[in-house]
Amino acid sequence: LARRCYKQWLWFMVLFMSFSVIYVDAVWPMPQMISSSMARYTLNPREFIFQYSSGSSAQPGCSLLDSAFERYFPLIFTDYRHDEWFRFPFTVVVHVERAECEGYPDADSSESYKLSVCSGQAALRAETVWGALRGLESFSQLVYQDDFGEYFVNETKIEDFPRFQFRGILLDTSRHYLPLHAILKTLDAMSYNKFNVFHWHIVDDPSFPYQSSTFPDLSSKGAFHPSTHVYTQIDVKRVIAHARLRGIRVLAEFDSPGHTQSWGKGQPGLLTPCYKGTVPSGTFGPVNPANSSSYQFMTRLFKEVTSVFPDSYVHLGGDEVDFTCWKSNPDVRGFMLKMGFGTDYTKLESYYMENMVNITKGLNKTAIVWQDVFDYHEKIPVDTVLHIWKGSPGQIQQELSSITLAGYRVILAAPWYINHIDYGQDWEKYYTIQPLNFTGTEQQKKLVIGGEVCMWGEYVDATNLSPRLWPRASAAGERLWSDERMTSSVIDAFPRLVDFRCRLLRRGIQAEPLFVGHCRHEYQGI
Amino acid sequence: MEEKTISNSRRCYKQWLWFMVLFMSFSVIYVDAVWPMPQMISSSMARYTLNPREFIFQYSSGSSAQPGCSLLDSAFERYFPLIFTDYRAARPRQHDEWFRFPFTVVVHVERAECEGYPDADSSESYKLSVCSGQAALRAETVWGALRGLESFSQLVYQDDFGEYFVNETKIEDFPRFQFRGILLDTSRHYLPLHAILKTLDAMSYNKFNVFHWHIVDDPSFPYQSSTFPDLSSKGAFHPSTHVYTQIDVKRVIAHARLRGIRVLAEFDSPGHTQSWGKGQPGLLTPCYKGTVPSGTFGPVNPANSSSYQFMTRLFKEVTSVFPDSYVHLGGDEVDFTCWKSNPDVRGFMLKMGFGTDYTKLESYYMENMVNITKGLNKTAIVWQDVFDYHEKIPVDTVLHIWKGSPGQIQQELSSITLAGYRVILAAPWYINHIDYGQDWEKYYTIQPLNFTGTEQQKKLVIGGEVCMWGEYVDATNLSPRLWPRASAAGERLWSDERMTSSVIDAFPRLVDFRCRLLRRGIQAEPLFVGHCRHEYQGI
Repeated sequence: LARRCYKQWLWFMVLFMSFSVIYVDAVWPMPQMISSSMARYTLNPREFIFQYSSGSSAQPGCSLLDSAFERYFPLIFTDYRHDEWFRFPFTVVVHVERAECEGYPDADSSESYKLSVCSGQAALRAETVWGALRGLESFSQLVYQDDFGEYFVNETKIEDFPRFQFRGILLDTSRHYLPLHAILKTLDAMSYNKFNVFHWHIVDDPSFPYQSSTFPDLSSKGAFHPSTHVYTQIDVKRVIAHARLRGIRVLAEFDSPGHTQSWGKGQPGLLTPCYKGTVPSGTFGPVNPANSSSYQFMTRLFKEVTSVFPDSYVHLGGDEVDFTCWKSNPDVRGFMLKMGFGTDYTKLESYYMENMVNITKGLNKTAIVWQDVFDYHEKIPVDTVLHIWKGSPGQIQQELSSITLAGYRVILAAPWYINHIDYGQDWEKYYTIQPLNFTGTEQQKKLVIGGEVCMWGEYVDATNLSPRLWPRASAAGERLWSDERMTSSVIDAFPRLVDFRCRLLRRGIQAEPLFVGHCRHEYQGI
Repeated sequence: MEEKTISNSRRCYKQWLWFMVLFMSFSVIYVDAVWPMPQMISSSMARYTLNPREFIFQYSSGSSAQPGCSLLDSAFERYFPLIFTDYRAARPRQHDEWFRFPFTVVVHVERAECEGYPDADSSESYKLSVCSGQAALRAETVWGALRGLESFSQLVYQDDFGEYFVNETKIEDFPRFQFRGILLDTSRHYLPLHAILKTLDAMSYNKFNVFHWHIVDDPSFPYQSSTFPDLSSKGAFHPSTHVYTQIDVKRVIAHARLRGIRVLAEFDSPGHTQSWGKGQPGLLTPCYKGTVPSGTFGPVNPANSSSYQFMTRLFKEVTSVFPDSYVHLGGDEVDFTCWKSNPDVRGFMLKMGFGTDYTKLESYYMENMVNITKGLNKTAIVWQDVFDYHEKIPVDTVLHIWKGSPGQIQQELSSITLAGYRVILAAPWYINHIDYGQDWEKYYTIQPLNFTGTEQQKKLVIGGEVCMWGEYVDATNLSPRLWPRASAAGERLWSDERMTSSVIDAFPRLVDFRCRLLRRGIQAEPLFVGHCRHEYQGI
């Protein structure tokens, strides 16, 4: 079958040279290589099947792909009615080299795939099940309906792989609690955009919704509400399982020593008591770095966290530590003296973060930290990943240069703080970012492992998350997956993104419009 | 029955005096409950348990509205689940104490217009007095009664165990401005009917009373005209899925009426009419490139008498479909380039003696439109441009301010009211413009009467309007973009300005009110970090 398909293909090469433009548009983010012809094949939902190729290492019973087949059928045939026609059999034959059907995607999982669509058959080949998922997504986007509701797919050839390995979305569930279904829906939309990391900024100053089995008081006292505004262990498992099925890693962040006000409620003694003169003021600052009990607590908490979250990375935060409270506290000042830090509190922060990184290492996980940790000190293991979150474009370039020059891997988030909104088409801003546009060697550029869209929660909850995230994050999605030269034009991207946004709507994602216009099927979920 | 009601309300009044001592110190806690802030409200610490199974609405025996008044009967039905948000009739509470605490809301209306439509001079004032076992709601009109029911529903709260309470409260309330509008734009994006109906629901919670339906514009013509069906079959985004049928329009008007909301239709011309041209060839001005038509079209052709014949027939239909006594004619942003290029239009200018002053031509067109409207017994509302360019419009025309810096807006308010025209202020509330952070404060602190003018002039400012233009808005983001940001304008337009001048005082009240909107199924976005007891579940 595959051979016959290939021969037909050569025959159509003449055609697609002139007409490819029309159909190449279909997939978002743009595949690395895609070509298609005018030859279109009718798809009949009743005669459409997914199948494992006989040589595939994944076979029926592979939970990950079996469930993907089930999921993609209704995504492809969005208004399938049972009174359809009965010609046009079509098979999507999936071939996977290595079946990790029960595993989790990780930092070095291959996501490349090859897809070849011809009459009656699409051949999807991937090294891993994760690549197969990306290929199924692309295939689903190739299918379209005419005005009479008939389904078609054009002869198409795709060879595809991500530009960056780390393509993340951050949700902040501390400033506002996001109900589970809002997180799951976001994971759905992420898979349509080929994002592969859900960075779960799960706790912060305002609330501690993670229900810890080791320290249940953290959420029972630190959440907005101890039973309605928490993520139970079952909730967390559901998120991880939902993400896994879509080839998405769940990167948990337990940010410290700052951003921990809510932790103090359920863990007395953890935070630094601030002083007004010689008496405690009753307020608290960052985690107390002078108490060994702080590290004991953190060790136990992270032991739980790293066993709950299967990913081999964990995010330690480390951003925006305010030294005022530490400076006011006599015990902390005494500790500074004892450690010989003088009055340089960045050394104290450094000391704390080194301890945290070592705790993580002891648990066999690799640490990701915000850039502050690099800015203030450099005694962190070289496999630590730095996460850039601030600065002007020039400062960001400088930071990229410095961090990669020091040999650290880096994730770029600063240009994609998507919670910041502007009137008009600000997706263009997110689309035209050039992550590798900084001074550095080829080796340095390779240390930029990816980027992340951050949706901080000050003004965002389940009421406005989806329209604020999509399709604005889709712009970053293409930047992180696709070839930059093939996707440099905002003008070319616009009609494609308009179409893709309508597809998101059709799949039940509440994605806002880019500009005046309409979708065949408007959003009905209001 | 009459005896009983009267004696009840007397008893209530006596109790009231008794509590006056208390509420002086504690009123702050409960006064917070109602958004927008009533003109006068006071309450005591005395709280009464409400039992959903023993709670009824009733007409007072002297009320001119009685059972069968469709408007209030349906309001009672609507407000029961709004008040008792998690009451399920199928699952009565086991607690024995639940079948005490009977409570009656007794509604008295002077003039029953149960089948009528609210209009520009409908009274919306009401008095509400809540005491043990009873709330007395008195209003001149059914529209006032609706506003009072809304206030009553916001006085009810639940404790942590789910029990319902209302505090002893006295309210005397009326709107500061008669016209409190929300504009939705269904041309730049089509809004499915349910998005419009949902907006009407939320408007009633905020005591807005005018839905300004900017129904057609350049991008699409979704109004399905029975006289000119081609307008939508050729001018809508899609002739059958992206149109408002006559039944749809009737549903919107009926839904609005039941909530005391007027539906003000706008058919904007002569500009903003690109979509009209598709279904009505010859209506728009053909633009010229040199001596040949360029194939593009400009505003409605003011030189053809057929244009006015068409408009007369269209507005005859529109004014019969929309019962409101006002109609919005638009008249904004007319680009003269195309008119100037067209030899017929230039010939008409010459014939009319307009010279090269195209504002005179626009003026001529708008005067014709206003006269058509007058002939149909409707009053015209037009955008400020019509005033800026010419003044030969009837003095009962209402001007609508939509542009300018704060200083220019003040100047425009002065000029228009000095000329004796009534005016609606929309410019400060272009709520489609978004900023990061708490921009509701900007909408809250507008002072609509802060301009140079006499008391008489100030009275000509009949209200304000929140505009949600549709360039970047459709059903996916309408609700969170509109609410609770529009609520800030809602309070500015309803409440006393001196009582509601502080953003700091308003913040916690608006946070609470936003949670109440969520609880009622309105997808209202958060103001800042925090939570609601019941988060939005509709995603």
